[in-house]
Amino acid sequence: MLTIRNLHVRYGAVHALQGVSLTVAAGEIVTLIGSNGAGKSTLLRAISGLHRPSAGEILWKGAAQIETLAPHRIVALGLCHVPEGRQVFANLTVRENLDLGAYQRKDKAEIREGIERAYTLFPILKERQQQLSGTLSGGEQQMLAIARALMARPELLLLDEPSLGLAPLVVQTIFKVIQEINAQGTTILLVEQNAHMALRIAQRGYVLQTGKIVLEDSGKNLLNSPEVRAAYLGD
Amino acid sequence: MELLKRNAVPLLLVAAQWPVGWLLSQTVNSYYLQIIVYIGINAMLAVSLNLINGITGQFSLGHAGFMAVGAYVSAACSLFLVNGWPAALALPAILLAGGLAAALAGLVVGLPTLRLRGDYLAITTLGFGEIIRVVILNTAAVGGARGLGGMPPLSDFASVYACTIVCVLVIWRLVHSPLGKAFTAVREDEIAAAAMGIDTTRYKITAFVLGAFWAGVAGALFAHFIGYIHTNSFTFLKSVEVVVMVVLGGMGSISGAIIAAAVLTVLTEALRFLADYRMIIYSVLLIVMMLTRPGGLLGRHEITQWRFWSSRTAR
Repeated sequence: MLTIRNLHVRYGAVHALQGVSLTVAAGEIVTLIGSNGAGKSTLLRAISGLHRPSAGEILWKGAAQIETLAPHRIVALGLCHVPEGRQVFANLTVRENLDLGAYQRKDKAEIREGIERAYTLFPILKERQQQLSGTLSGGEQQMLAIARALMARPELLLLDEPSLGLAPLVVQTIFKVIQEINAQGTTILLVEQNAHMALRIAQRGYVLQTGKIVLEDSGKNLLNSPEVRAAYLGD
Repeated sequence: MELLKRNAVPLLLVAAQWPVGWLLSQTVNSYYLQIIVYIGINAMLAVSLNLINGITGQFSLGHAGFMAVGAYVSAACSLFLVNGWPAALALPAILLAGGLAAALAGLVVGLPTLRLRGDYLAITTLGFGEIIRVVILNTAAVGGARGLGGMPPLSDFASVYACTIVCVLVIWRLVHSPLGKAFTAVREDEIAAAAMGIDTTRYKITAFVLGAFWAGVAGALFAHFIGYIHTNSFTFLKSVEVVVMVVLGGMGSISGAIIAAAVLTVLTEALRFLADYRMIIYSVLLIVMMLTRPGGLLGRHEITQWRFWSSRTAR
């Protein structure tokens, strides 16, 4: 579904990604783990068009090269990015946030259906629908950010650290819903520092270290690999 | 026909300005009438700047520049092009000329600068406003330092308020349309907006060009109301005055911008007897205002939503 070949990204003099290649097949949950500054968020930003790579290619469904497209064109193709740090529109209500998520969709019945789906996945959002989203708790904002992205009906959902700064119980809820979304047919590329949780729900995983992929395996094997255990799971 | 029917109320409201204008001209003395007209022009400036600064979140300090473009282009138009036309034809012609010229200027300035944010955008738009002013000041064909006079008095209470109503309606409907929330999304978080599939550049340019257009129309009305224009009317201070109206009314609140435009216009006149001391009162008022209601008079709400009462505005 998504193929990345030899991707390089630079921020001025900083060479953030140095030849990253990875693939995501339809229906998978793929996890990308790595420490701070490894380039995980940069990779997602490059895929969704928020930052233009300096070299390499990003192929969507085997054919279309998308690395030079503007972000709104990439969303139209079916990739949606949930940016790091729950970037909800704080001064808009929950409902307005969801409506904006469906910005590129024109079919009203479809949008209503999408909102229903969001409220089924995250019942708390229904209770809060008229509340300004800046007044939600961190976990609720993260749920809203995910629900908002789903409103665009993406085929591939890019999740950037959904567990960031959340209580363990909330993290569990969110990971459960991520699995549910996947089971309903959305492919997921998940970037996480919470390696344990993320690898457990993933079919495959990649380990990113200072801009390079150093390991690639099934989620289970990575969980058990001594290098990963030592570096990311604190054993 | 359908379009006429759907817009019957606004059209009637616009048409009503002529009888109201006639009535006012019979009853109110011309000094007060002039202030009332200035309120309309300032409201138009504040509402159009509010689209750029308040609703879309792009801090522009060049509104006087766009107003100057509109004023001078329309004045040149009525002096050299449509001279002798009947007023009913000449007025729409000069308003369109002024508005479109300013919109074009907005596009030319906006395309390269809207990738800048915050302070940087403010500085470039400020620079643009000054450039416009200096260019006009040194163009002999439009009077240069002598100013430009002799325009027919095409605009009056009715035409100013008719335009103000249209301007407010256009902007109101735009931002309250289903896609209009995208302007607010750009203000709230540009990255998230882009990630949602919103073409952020398009919305920023739209806001900028439309805001500039109405500033140009306001300039054209201004020029043909007083019949003489000089670059001193379009200095940086004029831009700041409009920004103050937007901030005071509440960034993003259209009704707030109108109220603030009215209050500040009247206040400047009412405090005239204090001569230069009025600037002190003016500034003290602003400081007190920002301390007690930092979100502006109405915050981000409209007067139609009773939410602006609540403490939630103070953000």
